[in-house]
Amino acid sequence: MTKPTSNDAQAKDTVSEVETTGHNWDGITELNNPLPRWWVLTFYGTIIWAIGYCILMPAWPTITGHTKGLLGASDRHDVGVAVRALEASRAPMLTKLHATPLQNVAADKELSQFAQEAGRVIFAQNCSTCHGAGGQGAKGYPSLVDDVWLWDGSLQGIRTTLEYGIRTDHPNTRFNQMPAYGRDKLLEPAQIRDVTNYVLSLASMPSDQAAAARGAAIYTTNCVACHGPDGKGDMTLGAPNLTDKEWLYGGTPVEIEQQIYLGRGGVMPTMSQRLDPASLDAVTIYVHSLGGGT
Amino acid sequence: MIFKRHQLIERNSLFMLLGILVVVSIGGIVQIAPLFRVEQTIEKVDGVRPYTPLELAGRGIYIREGCYTCHSQMIRPLRDEIERYGHYSLAAESMYDHPFQWGSKRTGPDLARVGGKYSDAWHVQHLINPRSVVPESIMPPYAFLEGRPIGIKDKIDKHIIANVRVGVPYTQAEIDNAKVDLIAQADPTADSEGLQQRYGGKVNVRDFDGDPTQVTEMDALVAYLQVLGTMVDFNTYEPEKAQNLR
Repeated sequence: MTKPTSNDAQAKDTVSEVETTGHNWDGITELNNPLPRWWVLTFYGTIIWAIGYCILMPAWPTITGHTKGLLGASDRHDVGVAVRALEASRAPMLTKLHATPLQNVAADKELSQFAQEAGRVIFAQNCSTCHGAGGQGAKGYPSLVDDVWLWDGSLQGIRTTLEYGIRTDHPNTRFNQMPAYGRDKLLEPAQIRDVTNYVLSLASMPSDQAAAARGAAIYTTNCVACHGPDGKGDMTLGAPNLTDKEWLYGGTPVEIEQQIYLGRGGVMPTMSQRLDPASLDAVTIYVHSLGGGT
Repeated sequence: MIFKRHQLIERNSLFMLLGILVVVSIGGIVQIAPLFRVEQTIEKVDGVRPYTPLELAGRGIYIREGCYTCHSQMIRPLRDEIERYGHYSLAAESMYDHPFQWGSKRTGPDLARVGGKYSDAWHVQHLINPRSVVPESIMPPYAFLEGRPIGIKDKIDKHIIANVRVGVPYTQAEIDNAKVDLIAQADPTADSEGLQQRYGGKVNVRDFDGDPTQVTEMDALVAYLQVLGTMVDFNTYEPEKAQNLR
């Protein structure tokens, strides 16, 4: 093997007449083509760009902060401007919506359409995870598309539920608590079965007549205060109507028995902690349109 | 000619070595030096406190189950993100996170402000079977968290000490009462006065998983999720004050 030599850097290849690197490996030499001019210029260009960027934009950390750059660019400032512009574009309609009593919104076609559209978007982002994309609800999460309301289904009632929530930490929250008759051992399992049959009979569903008769007495002692003597419930207490065949936690005998055993009650978040008053109005209009009461 | 000068460096290894040293030093200074001044990048805010022991245990479960691979905890300062998720995340909100859970991929939604958005019961049901509440969800079920005791419960004070070593300002009282506080936060029959004294009155104290008889991993994870993004008092925070601009 021929030792590479490097002292004849200026030697030229005889065929291409390009300067060689001077390295010679077994008679093979390497052409010393320069880097393409465009590449070198781009490379130096990026260096100049970087210097310019450092001068114009926030770049270097300093002892007490960072260099701000001549342009004074700030993402947080820019997004503040963008959000304020968005709010300003919505403000006229939102202000008008909030100033209009809820029951009068329907009379103003433009306002009503605005409230519907805004409410639909707010609902999709904040409400649909529990109440379903179309407000159809799920086990434990009330359907908003039927005429059955646990609490008040009027415009004002829906607004109150949204604003304060149900069973939250808010001082004005709607609140009730069904006792866990089974878990807290307030009733014997057999008694729970009897009262389940009575509840089924209230809803005119197939039930064991003898058990229902025994359950009636238990119902009178334990359940009447909220659900009423005829099982029609009480909206001011948020006590469900037991006769309408709409069941929040399922309507099979087993599911009704489970609910009496556990006394579950869901939490509706205090939406005023997340949404401004006008947005609450918009979503109220939307939810009411799905299946509001009077 | 400037296009040929590099030969000088390429043909003399000492020059090459010196050149490498200079370039690597600049890179090192740019990346390392700011870390010594990282405190000054954190906004001064009211309300951010270290996690309670139960939340810390929940955070551990969040990391153990790899939630961060699909959920970010970083709302960027972009208009549409703010519209969907709320105020952009502040450095102050993850200053007690070791490591932070910003994440880099959103297969699921961002969770930086999920606290208080849904009820505890929703979280429990969703973790047990995501599709029972969100039919289009592709999240795997975490039903095994239900009823499973918290493994780290007896050593939670050690976990807190580890956090203290990396700069989280837990007090000695908080370390001493770690286990008591952990149970008190999720047990409706326990006395939570000490917990609230140590971590502030805003701390969520309730039975998170719907099973008041025991404190489970489900309790811990839901307690953690329910506190995310709720600590900063935005009434006293001025986002566009000069020192808060970035």
